[in-house]
Amino acid sequence: MADKPIIAVLLERLPERCVLHDAEDLRPYECDGLSAYRSMPLAVVIPENVEQARLALQLCAQHAVPVVARGAGTGLSGGALPLADGISLSMARFNRILDIDVANRVARVQPGVTNLSISTAAEPHGLYYAPDPSSQIACSIGGNVAENAGGVHCLKYGLTTHNIQALEILTMDGEHMTIGSAALDAPGFDLLALLTGSEGLLGVITEVTVKLLPRPETAQVVLAAFASVDAAGAAVTAVIASGIIPAGLELLDRPAIHAVEQFIDAGYPADATAILLCELDGSSVDVGVQIEHVNRVFRDAGATELKVSQNEAERQRFWAGRKSAFPAMGRLSPDYYCMDGTIPRKHLARVLNRIETLSDEYGLPICNVFHAGDGNLHPLILYDANRPGELERAEELGGLILETCVAVGGTITGEHGVGMEKINQMCVQFNTAELEQFHRVKDAFDPAGLLNPGKAIPTLHRCAEFGAMHVHEGQLPHPELERF
Amino acid sequence: MDEIQDFQQKVRDAAASGTTLSIRGNATRAFIGRAATGEPLSVAGYRGIIDYSPSELVISVRAGTRLADVEDALARENQMLAFEPPAFGPTATLGGTVAAGLSGPRRPWSGAVRDFVLGINCINGQGDYLRFGGQVMKNVAGYDLSRTLTGSLGTLAILLDIHLKVLPRPETELTLRQACSEADAIERCNRWSGRPVPLTAACYSDDHLVVRLSGTERGVEDAAGKLGGERFPADTPFWQELKEHTLPFFSGDRPLWRLSLPPATAPLVLGGTQLVDWGGAQRWLRSELPADRLRDSVAAAGGHATLFRGGDRSADVFHPLAPAVLALHRRLKSAFDPHAVLNPGRMYAGL
Repeated sequence: MADKPIIAVLLERLPERCVLHDAEDLRPYECDGLSAYRSMPLAVVIPENVEQARLALQLCAQHAVPVVARGAGTGLSGGALPLADGISLSMARFNRILDIDVANRVARVQPGVTNLSISTAAEPHGLYYAPDPSSQIACSIGGNVAENAGGVHCLKYGLTTHNIQALEILTMDGEHMTIGSAALDAPGFDLLALLTGSEGLLGVITEVTVKLLPRPETAQVVLAAFASVDAAGAAVTAVIASGIIPAGLELLDRPAIHAVEQFIDAGYPADATAILLCELDGSSVDVGVQIEHVNRVFRDAGATELKVSQNEAERQRFWAGRKSAFPAMGRLSPDYYCMDGTIPRKHLARVLNRIETLSDEYGLPICNVFHAGDGNLHPLILYDANRPGELERAEELGGLILETCVAVGGTITGEHGVGMEKINQMCVQFNTAELEQFHRVKDAFDPAGLLNPGKAIPTLHRCAEFGAMHVHEGQLPHPELERF
Repeated sequence: MDEIQDFQQKVRDAAASGTTLSIRGNATRAFIGRAATGEPLSVAGYRGIIDYSPSELVISVRAGTRLADVEDALARENQMLAFEPPAFGPTATLGGTVAAGLSGPRRPWSGAVRDFVLGINCINGQGDYLRFGGQVMKNVAGYDLSRTLTGSLGTLAILLDIHLKVLPRPETELTLRQACSEADAIERCNRWSGRPVPLTAACYSDDHLVVRLSGTERGVEDAAGKLGGERFPADTPFWQELKEHTLPFFSGDRPLWRLSLPPATAPLVLGGTQLVDWGGAQRWLRSELPADRLRDSVAAAGGHATLFRGGDRSADVFHPLAPAVLALHRRLKSAFDPHAVLNPGRMYAGL
């Protein structure tokens, strides 16, 4: 493969250890966490410092070769899927925590540092980094920023965008700049918000300043069982309406509870149709008051069983069930496809019923384990990729679920990103003028369109091919707009 | 839709005729940024709460709606805008609040305006009506343009419908005052912020640190016992006066600078008088010091300085940007407003 000009150029200008180009070496990079999508890049560049990263970008820019930046490769939407005519830029060697500033409660870290290792490093100071995506032992902070990752605790503590203060980035032409600042805000436009969740289309992150929060004095979980998903959904609304923002509020439906209980003993009531896990954290005094309050609300909402974690081991056990939900599904089915739509919570019952109907129509079972507090659904479609056509059916079913989310005023992705996976559904969520605005923003950063092209924001041509002008409930959205 | 189409037409007409528009609500924040130029375009008539479901923690509001009306509606449901925005006048609009991007005393602990913006429907400088974000808590579809528009002073788009996350009001709040030096006050605030103390405001003025605790009755009482200090009456106007700049410190015509700094920055000795807010992260300075000298000192400490009120408003009011970042700002401005119709020069000259 070294006969490709870009590879020769990279090998000439960068240390040999920083450039992989043999098919065997490239294989581990052919996909990210969405392994149904695979593609081999021309080469993988693994820079060791900003200068090497800058050089790689500049060389690719000169040769008009697209670049896909990559962290730990745990993303679930194919955002780091390599391009066959491009290089992958792995930030894995940017793996140092540069500074923990205890007084200002921030940490400066390189993008390849794992999410969890930041909290581990901050622990001796009584601090932690709040966003906790389920992949936190493996996922990198650079990837978290690129995807605006969430987690179980973002109901109270926010997403990545709420928990970072500054970035250093390289643009495609090799310009290195600071976005945000060491203070709580920065002059000019909020480029920090724009970069966060931009899925590697605007710049390559070389450093992140994250905010650190004080570790809560204590945390306790209430486990509540309900006779129906609707009742559990109503209980979620009741808790929030009563003036409490739990640290986490998760829902598991019956198929998910069964799968989990076959996998580990989490202490979930086996006869429940739905369970809620509600975590409260803060000072011991506050948590005590709030536990009483939440117990009362759940009882009033018809909980059939209530348990409160009595110690840290029991709290961990309750969560272990939730955390093992995905591997547990893996035992039930050879493959599963995890969706990520978010809806206004008031439409929860309606959307879950629709999902059940679609599941029956397509003959594919669906389990629901999700962030109920913020309406972020994660339906898991179980399928078998070895059965011809089943992956395609699962994808089609997933697409319809996302369109249902959009129809009730929600979104196609709450925390996993669009990447490659949901690129067609973007045509449903946004109209031509909005997509054009996104493309002009991309042009402002990367006029040649070389950073992660084809991901996150679909071309108008692609939308036309997808035939995305779907009619929702008999009404064409924005009839005043030109159609193509 | 008629009103929206009317705004779109005005923008298209201005673009076609090479004129500019100065977007305004009720002009309570007209003093912010550089001097406004262009034909006034009022959004004040585009008002009303579109949707508010307290249990969803979301309110959707038209930009011309008065901030006071939004806060009243929320208060009736025992909820609030947790970024505690200053109004600077009873007729302040929500659109102006979001466009200016200013947050009040609670900001370091609860978040800024942009942290609570979930979605914005707007009109760009080409007259396109666009919807970014929405009414849900988590949304990563497309670039996060609603947060990018927040604080952009109307230079990128005319804000129309705004969706905000709201929070329950705390069960109780308590204000404490302790006599100490400025250095001690900054040290205490940052030490407490690194611990599970229910702090929601911290200001140093007149040789005293004034802090606010929020939470459950028992939680606040417990924390107050540990921190100590003289208790203010529950209905103290102190935080309101701080937020609205009606404390005596803010009176008079001397230029008012806003210094945004890493919170634990030791007291900055600059010419003039200071009031420390946000536990050290936001410091107000009354000073005639030359802008360059002042900005150099603040930048050396990792911060930036804004000429908030008074002084020369035709020069740079906001901290100058690094050349590469300024170039990016110019390209982004063109991406939204290619004919430079919307609030040109309000944030920086040529932007």
